[in-house]
Amino acid sequence: MGKNIVAFAEAREGKFRGVAFEAVHAAGRFAADLGGKAVACAASAGLTDAPGILAGYGASGVVSLGGDCLQKYSMEAYSAAIAETAAEANASYVFMPASISGKELAAAVAMRMNAPLLADVIEIKTENGGLIARRPMYAGKVLSWVRPVSEPAVVSLRPKMFPAGATSGAKGAVSEKKPSMDSSHIRAVLKELLKTGGGKIDLTEADIIVSGGRGMKGPENFKMLESLADFLGGAVGASRSAVDAGWRPHSDQVGQTGKTVSPTLYFAIGISGAIQHMAGMGSSKVIVAVNKDPEAPICKVADYVIIGDLFEVVPAMIEEIRKIRAE
Amino acid sequence: MKIIVCVKRVPDTETRIRIAAGGKGIDNSEANFVLNPYDEYAVEEAIRIKEKTQAEVAVLSYGPEEATKEIRTAIAMGADKGILIKDPKALVRDAGAVASVLAAALKGMQFDLLFFGKQAIDSDEASVGPMTAQLLKLPCISFINKLEIGNGTVTAQRDVEGGKEVVASPMPVALTAQKGLNEPRLPALKGIMRAKKIPIEELAPAQVKDRVEVISLELPPQRKGGKVVGEGKDAAVPLAKLLKTEARVI
Ligand SMILES: Cc1cc2nc3c(=O)[nH]c(=O)nc-3n(C[C@H](O)[C@H](O)[C@H](O)COP(=O)(O)OP(=O)(O)OC[C@H]3O[C@@H](n4cnc5c(N)ncnc54)[C@H](O)[C@@H]3O)c2cc1C
Ligand SMILES: Nc1ncnc2c1ncn2[C@@H]1O[C@H](COP(=O)(O)O)[C@@H](O)[C@H]1O
Repeated sequence: MGKNIVAFAEAREGKFRGVAFEAVHAAGRFAADLGGKAVACAASAGLTDAPGILAGYGASGVVSLGGDCLQKYSMEAYSAAIAETAAEANASYVFMPASISGKELAAAVAMRMNAPLLADVIEIKTENGGLIARRPMYAGKVLSWVRPVSEPAVVSLRPKMFPAGATSGAKGAVSEKKPSMDSSHIRAVLKELLKTGGGKIDLTEADIIVSGGRGMKGPENFKMLESLADFLGGAVGASRSAVDAGWRPHSDQVGQTGKTVSPTLYFAIGISGAIQHMAGMGSSKVIVAVNKDPEAPICKVADYVIIGDLFEVVPAMIEEIRKIRAE
Repeated sequence: MKIIVCVKRVPDTETRIRIAAGGKGIDNSEANFVLNPYDEYAVEEAIRIKEKTQAEVAVLSYGPEEATKEIRTAIAMGADKGILIKDPKALVRDAGAVASVLAAALKGMQFDLLFFGKQAIDSDEASVGPMTAQLLKLPCISFINKLEIGNGTVTAQRDVEGGKEVVASPMPVALTAQKGLNEPRLPALKGIMRAKKIPIEELAPAQVKDRVEVISLELPPQRKGGKVVGEGKDAAVPLAKLLKTEARVI
């Protein structure tokens, strides 16, 4: 008999996030390998996206979770609803995004199901009819292949490490489910969601990140990086030194005590590449460094290095990138 | 009010990682161990609450005998007492096992606030806090960078992707501390002297099973970078070309 996988599709402000499609697509792929079905589930409250679009990413069924208790995000109600969905779908695995709320949710779902948790994984493989996963530890200094000792197991997927491609010809029926929890049982209640970043793309979701460090000398100089990021549809990041100096908010920090990012293209501008910074961006596909010091650690790991004063190099770089994009 | 802070002994971030013979564990024989940096935020927040409200702050660690050092660091910062659930194998167990051991110990204790760090910088699970909360059927607010204590309630803030959430909960509640919550103090000499003298209470761990098996550990592939495109602003021309035609990323 095959093994089923339930994927939780995270949404924010009515829209599915990229990590939702990544989880559903991965569930579809591995359920097929294990001869089972992939079932996507999502909270329907406030959704402007149709839950049915999840089927296009490889789910053979979509469970639309209704009910009062899921009106707003809460770890308590969402984890209960996901665990119930997993039990009803007879799931061997539950895939969740390792996003900010996804991490606590995955932990809570695992404990509700008395299940192993493979947290923040970057790769999954089938082996002996089950799944094993690879996860970074020690800020990416070690990679560990791990196996759950029992099923069902919960797996949280690091954002942007799994493809989110639509699956051609896939169709799946949408069913409605009301979780059994009553909203009066929720204790930690979301009171407010304040938007930050002016609707700009979040660092963890950006394909291109332009980061600045202490070499930027002051907050006003980040305008250069913003214009490049805006032009490329990316986001601006920062080293801890730039954040600690008060030049950028902590939400921009990349690294061990900041965000872990895996963009296609990462610019490190006036950043030395300390091990704690590398911990957050070492899995970027292509790294560009601009630094006046050829001995800076970032120059040893970046794919492309320009040695020079960033205040000269960056404006020229922006101009050339604009030119070549226009061609 | 009673506050318990769960703290972990971890190798500091400068430690070079070596995989132990057998390929399933880390050789930490030369590591310099410290109090987990995120747990410092948790300890600091607890002490600040104590200074305002006369709360009692206990630190709880599941670790080997040596973890008394990190417990004493927290006491030196200002915590009142320390409890060690002693187990030489504690530091390499999976998050579910750690949470089960902590939850079993916490069942017999009284507290209004239960603090964790957001993440241990060795295992990087970011799971033990919410797991322990779930096992104890407590509400949980994770990754907090701002906290206000009300009358039997807390209101906390956390950064999520593209926004900030404000979450309120009654006590008792579990909280996991993120950078930004405060600036942890360095222990003062007086605190260090006091911490030396305080006896650390010891508990035996509940017997629980690991749920995750390590198959193998490996070092990440080295990036083969280091290609210098050029010097100064003239290098911008070849860089843009390489990004477009070689790397195909713009
Ligand atoms: C527990 C712990 C956690 C940490 N977490 C993080 C984290 O999450 N993220 C993080 O980033 N750091 C973190 N750090 C800090 C980290 O160790 C470094 O201190 C920090 O990353 C350095 O930032 P930087 O590269 O901007 O500054 P610096 O190391 O000072 O480097 C500045 C660079 O800019 C270059 N430069 C200066 N002027 C110019 C110019 N005009 N043109 C071109 N280049 C120029 C210099 O050559 C240098 O290489 C952490 C540290 C600890 C101990
Ligand atoms: N062995 C332990 N003893 C006490 N607290 C721990 C232990 N392991 C983890 N924690 C707590 O749980 C948090 C998250 O750890 P982790 O889920 O392993 O990343 C840490 O910051 C600590 O507050």
